[in-house]
Amino acid sequence: MFRYALTRFVSLALSLVVASLLIFFMLEIVPGDPAAYMLGLNASPETVAALRTELGLDAGPVVRYLGWVSGMLTGDFGTSYTYRTPVAEMILDRIQVSLPLALLALALSTLIALPVGIWAASRRGSLADAGVMGATQLGVAVPNFWFAMLLVLVFAVQLRWFSAGGFPGWDAGLLAGLKALTLPAIALALPQASILARVMRSALLDTLGEDFIRTARAKGLTRGQALRRHAVRNALIPVLTIIGLQFSFLLAGAIIIENVFFLPGLGRLVFQAISQRDLVVVESVVMLLVFAVILVTFLVDLAYAAVDPRLRRPH
Amino acid sequence: MRMLVTGGALAGIFALAALLSFFWTPYDVAVLDIAAKLQPPSAAHWFGTDHFGRDVFSMIMVGARVSIAVALVAVGIGMGLGVPLGLAAAASRGSHLDEIIMRGNDLVFAFPALLIAIMITAVFGPSALNAIIAIGIFNIPVFARLTRGAALSLWTRDFILAARVAGKGRVRISLEHILPNLANLLIVQGTIQFSLGILAEAGLSYVGLGAQPPTPSWGRMLAESQTMISFAPWLALFPGFAIVLTVLGLNLMGDGLRDLLDPRIRRARA
Amino acid sequence: MSLLEIRDLGVAIHGTPVLRDVAMSLGAGEVLGVIGESGSGKSMTALAVMGLLPRGAEARGEILLDGTDLRRLSEAQRCAIRGREVSMVFQEPMTALNPLQTIGAQVAETVRVHRATGRREAEAIARATLDRVGLPAERFPLGRYPHELSGGQRQRVVIAMAIALRPRVLVADEPTTALDVTTQAAILRLLRRLVDEDGLGLMLISHDLAVVADTADRLAIMRGGAVVEAGTAEEVFRERRHPYTRALFAASAHRPERLARLARTPLLEVRDLVREYRVARPGFFGGHDAFRAVRGVSFTIRHGESLGLVGESGCGKSTLTRAILGLEALQGGSVALEGEGVHAGEHMPRALRARMQVVFQDPYGSFNPRHRVARLVAEPFHLLDDPPRGAERREAVEAALEDVGLAPADADKFIHEFSGGQRQRIAIARALIIRPKLIILDEAVSALDVQVRAQILDLLADLSARYGLSYLFISHDLTVVRAITDRVMVMQAGEIVEEGRTEAVFAAPAHPYTRALLAAAPVLELSA
Repeated sequence: MFRYALTRFVSLALSLVVASLLIFFMLEIVPGDPAAYMLGLNASPETVAALRTELGLDAGPVVRYLGWVSGMLTGDFGTSYTYRTPVAEMILDRIQVSLPLALLALALSTLIALPVGIWAASRRGSLADAGVMGATQLGVAVPNFWFAMLLVLVFAVQLRWFSAGGFPGWDAGLLAGLKALTLPAIALALPQASILARVMRSALLDTLGEDFIRTARAKGLTRGQALRRHAVRNALIPVLTIIGLQFSFLLAGAIIIENVFFLPGLGRLVFQAISQRDLVVVESVVMLLVFAVILVTFLVDLAYAAVDPRLRRPH
Repeated sequence: MRMLVTGGALAGIFALAALLSFFWTPYDVAVLDIAAKLQPPSAAHWFGTDHFGRDVFSMIMVGARVSIAVALVAVGIGMGLGVPLGLAAAASRGSHLDEIIMRGNDLVFAFPALLIAIMITAVFGPSALNAIIAIGIFNIPVFARLTRGAALSLWTRDFILAARVAGKGRVRISLEHILPNLANLLIVQGTIQFSLGILAEAGLSYVGLGAQPPTPSWGRMLAESQTMISFAPWLALFPGFAIVLTVLGLNLMGDGLRDLLDPRIRRARA
Repeated sequence: MSLLEIRDLGVAIHGTPVLRDVAMSLGAGEVLGVIGESGSGKSMTALAVMGLLPRGAEARGEILLDGTDLRRLSEAQRCAIRGREVSMVFQEPMTALNPLQTIGAQVAETVRVHRATGRREAEAIARATLDRVGLPAERFPLGRYPHELSGGQRQRVVIAMAIALRPRVLVADEPTTALDVTTQAAILRLLRRLVDEDGLGLMLISHDLAVVADTADRLAIMRGGAVVEAGTAEEVFRERRHPYTRALFAASAHRPERLARLARTPLLEVRDLVREYRVARPGFFGGHDAFRAVRGVSFTIRHGESLGLVGESGCGKSTLTRAILGLEALQGGSVALEGEGVHAGEHMPRALRARMQVVFQDPYGSFNPRHRVARLVAEPFHLLDDPPRGAERREAVEAALEDVGLAPADADKFIHEFSGGQRQRIAIARALIIRPKLIILDEAVSALDVQVRAQILDLLADLSARYGLSYLFISHDLTVVRAITDRVMVMQAGEIVEEGRTEAVFAAPAHPYTRALLAAAPVLELSA
């Protein structure tokens, strides 16, 4: 187990290094002179030179890369050119919205999808199964931001159960915060839950065709017992893969959904930064999100080992 | 079969609308008619008009063009690069080449299409081309992984060994024996990625990272409708339906094709 | 009255009948052997007894356990009987166990499903049962996972699960088919012991007459969903009333007539061949160890000779095959064909490759399903500098097909239109088409039913006589090797432990391993 975790951890660290190199290359080398790029065409050479000095662009790319990385490791993400505030503070402020939103959506999607998928698989071929398959087929096809707009139309504009957007901040109380995140989380979760429920169902049906299920039935287990005790855990292995992949979709989805509900999260931060050509902010936010995706991949790998004894003691 | 036909018909309608829009639309979407702004659906404007008085039905027809073109090219990029990479990785299983290709894949997987689009846009400014590149790059590892996995299991089959005994090299075997046996799988996955591409394009143009004004696109139509949703809901409904039906059609087509092409299912039916 | 009595059993799947009027009976402490080729309905009979027929299946008739018709019971009542009164062991031990649960938990589950016992008591029964099937506590604690066990050990776990509650009837469907001969003999001994000790009624299903012959008290021979002959084993062996029974017996013991034209000159010379694989060493920075799959093997095949290579799975047979064919690089030694060195890689001269061809075991995986037979058979023409084209090529394909007993028109069909035996003929045609000197037959008849196997062996003998072909005949089946080879080699753990004239080795094996193999191999004694 330890060896497996260590191997995965080394792979995590390597991925982070290469990813950071890619991001650095894309946002600091490709634009040529980032300072001139950020200031636009009308900037005077003096202002550009001043910004170059401010951003430390006079140093060589290797020194700049190492400075950037070591800064991030100590919590220093640089200073936003447009806002004149430390990027670390801005991110810390915004992540309080984005991260809870993504996690809430992930939890919601998993909690809905797994039982529904198991239920449909255990009633294979029935009307209930057909209903689930039809509903999820539709769910997969709905763009989450459009679904979010429909939710706003129904629950905020018509029924007035929720406000149409905005975030009161966690200072306003946990409940008020959660309420503001409810519609966005549902909008994010339902399309993903459709995918996950379909994966759960087909993984379970595959597992139910395995020899060891027949063995279990020959022992005297009923169909339901064989499903619960033997099939579900085996079917979780492919489902875990999809949950891991979904996190990156949810993160991307959260960034888009924040626009629908005017939530002050990382998404709005990064889109403002793009329009203001604030590369310092874009670079840090992208790195942070990639870090999150890679970290989740690592956690999913560990979860595999928890489920599957064959990975714990490699031969 | 029923799924294939229904799905094909749905997706086909939008493909036809896109083609037709090159020659004819009910109204010219480049002409603003402020007098006719924000009209609800009527006989004259089936899907109503927007705040500039443009005909929503015509805009959806033109928007189909962008959506389909972006998704199609992106799938082409993904297949064109991913499939050869996957074949090469499988043919050289366990070698450094295989290792490099697979590590590269894992790395690209860590960058959702949205993040790629954010980086490209931050440096080059927004355009439909960005959306194509971002979605295309995201598709490469999808096809590379799928191809490698399926090709690896084919490489263990005896008919490949027989071809090697007949003196054929890895490249030749990959093209002559592996690729044709992957065709079904790739067609099915291609359909699925096509539908995901439509969704991704809509998302990117919704946040302003895709096609730019004045080109109408489904995602941007939705973005513009947002502030008017309480008094002009048709602006938000029709482009959304267009996305849902296209994606649904493609997904049904994918499932139908899988049933039709999967030899296991076909054998069971015979 | 017998313990288990099957009367007029009929099964139809989606309306297609697969079993008709099946009747057989089994007494306590008795072994009923059920024999049949693939598709004879023997497995379906087993599943009907268990009440585990696939979806869409409909059954008629009676299955009486001590006079109670199992078919009349509710699903809940059948669940209560399955695993407690009637148990089952399946063919494939590698997939019959849940990979995520310990063997202890899986054996204990049988107990806990049927009895309201605590975990500790169920585990005690599981422990005792595993001891009974030959998996002692010190080497096989309850916490072991299936992937840590070999195929034979897993089959013992499956048997332990089936007999934990001392059921009265055990149905074993091809329980040893996936195992090596020595393991097979041990499992058969175990099953017989359980029958004798517990008074268990065992329904032993097999395609192999020899396997059942040693163990069974009664026999039922099945064909096309019906029982063609049944009775005590002694009766059936002696009388063989039904023509199908006679054909089955004849095919099982079939030895083709061979008119070998043995030359003195060597064709293939293998000297001190070594093949190693790299395997990861335990520990994070462990690096790699070399695993020697083939350790210094030397032998010669002469022109026109048929050489057998016998060994159990994992002994290095397949690795040796690939090394001889020049598909994998060697770490030591040499392979020479008619004096010319064979070197792995794509640069091996095609003319040299053209002198060796191969036929594999699996008649289903040996062909690209997307090509027509003409293209499949003609593939080795790639090895000729000036391959025939057009009508000439077509003629060569048709001639090769006729050589193996197929019709010229078969060239235009796809491979899925052929049966397993026909496919193996096509594989031979493909090997034959460029007139090689040597054909390597890698378990080439192992997947075939006995009657088809007999025909293919005849074909091989005939082709060898006609074209002066040499064979390297690789098999785990000693009977087949004895029937078709001049000389035989026995391989164990990457080394040749014995070599000699086939009859001499079979009559007087010198090496202990050869003796163990021969003792374990089921033999069909034919008195008449």
